[in-house]
Amino acid sequence: MFADHLQPDLQIDTVLREPTRNGYGDGLLEAARHNEQVVALSADLTESTRTLPFAEAFPQRFVQVGIAEQNMASVASGMAAMGKVPFIASYAMFSPGRSWEQVRTTIAYNNANVKIVGAHAGVSVGPDGATHQAIEDLALMRVIPNMVVLAPADIHEAKQATLAAARYVGPVYLRIGRSPTPVVTTPASPFMIGEAVRMYERSPDHEATVGIVTTGSLLFNGLMAAQALNQQGVGASVLHCATIKPLDDARLVAFASEHRRIITVEEHQVAGGLGGAVAEVLSEQCPTPLCRIGVRDAFGQSGEPDELITHYGMGIDVIIKAAEGLVTRFA
Amino acid sequence: MHYLTSEEVTALEVTANQLRQSVIEMLTEAGSGHTAGPLGMADIFALLYFAVMRHDPQNPTWDDRDRLVLSNGHICPILYATLAHAGYFPTEELLTLRKFGSRLQGHPHREALPGIETSSGPLGSGLSQAVGMALAERMNNPYSAKYFYCITGDGELNEGQIWEAAMLAGKEKLHNLIVIVDRNGIQIDGYTKDVMPLEPLYEKFESFGFDVQEVDGHNIRAVNDAIGKAQAVYSQPSLIIAHTIASRGVDVFERDFRWHGNPPGKGPEDRVAKQQQAQVALKKLRTLAGTINEHDIS
Repeated sequence: MFADHLQPDLQIDTVLREPTRNGYGDGLLEAARHNEQVVALSADLTESTRTLPFAEAFPQRFVQVGIAEQNMASVASGMAAMGKVPFIASYAMFSPGRSWEQVRTTIAYNNANVKIVGAHAGVSVGPDGATHQAIEDLALMRVIPNMVVLAPADIHEAKQATLAAARYVGPVYLRIGRSPTPVVTTPASPFMIGEAVRMYERSPDHEATVGIVTTGSLLFNGLMAAQALNQQGVGASVLHCATIKPLDDARLVAFASEHRRIITVEEHQVAGGLGGAVAEVLSEQCPTPLCRIGVRDAFGQSGEPDELITHYGMGIDVIIKAAEGLVTRFA
Repeated sequence: MHYLTSEEVTALEVTANQLRQSVIEMLTEAGSGHTAGPLGMADIFALLYFAVMRHDPQNPTWDDRDRLVLSNGHICPILYATLAHAGYFPTEELLTLRKFGSRLQGHPHREALPGIETSSGPLGSGLSQAVGMALAERMNNPYSAKYFYCITGDGELNEGQIWEAAMLAGKEKLHNLIVIVDRNGIQIDGYTKDVMPLEPLYEKFESFGFDVQEVDGHNIRAVNDAIGKAQAVYSQPSLIIAHTIASRGVDVFERDFRWHGNPPGKGPEDRVAKQQQAQVALKKLRTLAGTINEHDIS
């Protein structure tokens, strides 16, 4: 059963698709209206990161730093030291990809109240190819102390995450994507930093068999896989982690002990991201058979987003097969 | 700006020498750290914290204080010595430098010690932070009287981020930003002219939109005058190239790049044996300060 706060009648063919970056643009504008200390910085990607509506509405609070992501990170740290709440947006590959040390030292070590927005994350960037497809960003940010890491599922959750990041005092990394992805949640869906949300509950007729843990826009694939599995008689549920750090250990452990087999699904390297984080928590607190779905130590390439998701093994059928495999191997 | 009387200049020179003595004592006790930069910048730190900057050691987070961002964090012994002598924390604490549990980290940590405006060490990012602070202050209050001082090394100018920050400072015409470059001509691997030539440095920064001055970094009156002029520039950021002598004050260490990253006791031995380095340095500094005692002479 889908959680009752989700969009009604979720189906592959009819689901609405919107890019999560639009949710960021809306959220930034709203956060700026709530708090006059919110400022935004851009490194020459103002339109495509959806920072443009803010820049037009609040030109005095917008800083164009040019193509200089390292400078942008440290300038934002300095602005935060003077009471500002800076949002810095670029493509995730460049910020925080190129600016990692500046993020670590000048933002995180200073515990500066800066929000790093990594746009065009994942292989679903599409035709731009591997150089622009950040599939390591969650890992890069997750290992830095003080850093909160968010990967919202859709346009609504991206807006909520942006507003939550603006309210939260401290460094936040917010991952968003370029291409339109399924709109799954609603403005009424719960969102709290650090809280995982059960998005699909197995049929009460089936024993709890497989738990699917998702992050980012692949929540939708997780939901479709869970629905199909339940139709096949396999009791599968979905726990969505829009917050990768701090991971909701308590809900994750409860979910794992209930379902006894876990699949993680993310548009990221399986090392170091959600799969890595879940493996770390479960192996220490609740050893559970695990299958990690994501990119397996490879670079991306040019293509259409759906082609790439399929090619790199993150499609719905792969999740279903993974569930069947876990059931076979760990009877 | 405040014009310094001869008495005030002499008093600042004495203070600078006291700071140098603390630096030698701290580094010797720590057994690691950087010597040349802290000694070379002692005059400028004495001037900034004891004559130029508005700050309150009893209220380190006073909102109206001027800010000093130390971009070349490795010269922090001089910042720590200055803060302690100014009253931010007890001077006895200086001897905890680089030790476990100390607030005086090997490179400065804002969250650890009052008076530190930012954590630094990895080179090139302090100028960006000072630019961000100056920019935010102008947004907060266009009539603000705060100044944002940024100290950088000259070797540090090899970093690309410095020039990213300089472009933005020039673009934004940050009149409240005053950068002081410690132009001592050395970096770890050698002389700056060999490692990565910087000249023409004046013209480089001028072309990025800065008002640029060059001064003798040990002439306290000249540096004060330059800062006063920089404060009066209203349409551009300012940059002062302060020509300093690496390890200034201890003649046997001066101008030698091998003192960049070594403490007394671990420096080059051609002029002083390792075990005598700290004692010789302190004797020299006390002689300059007129506080030499019989123990030093023997």
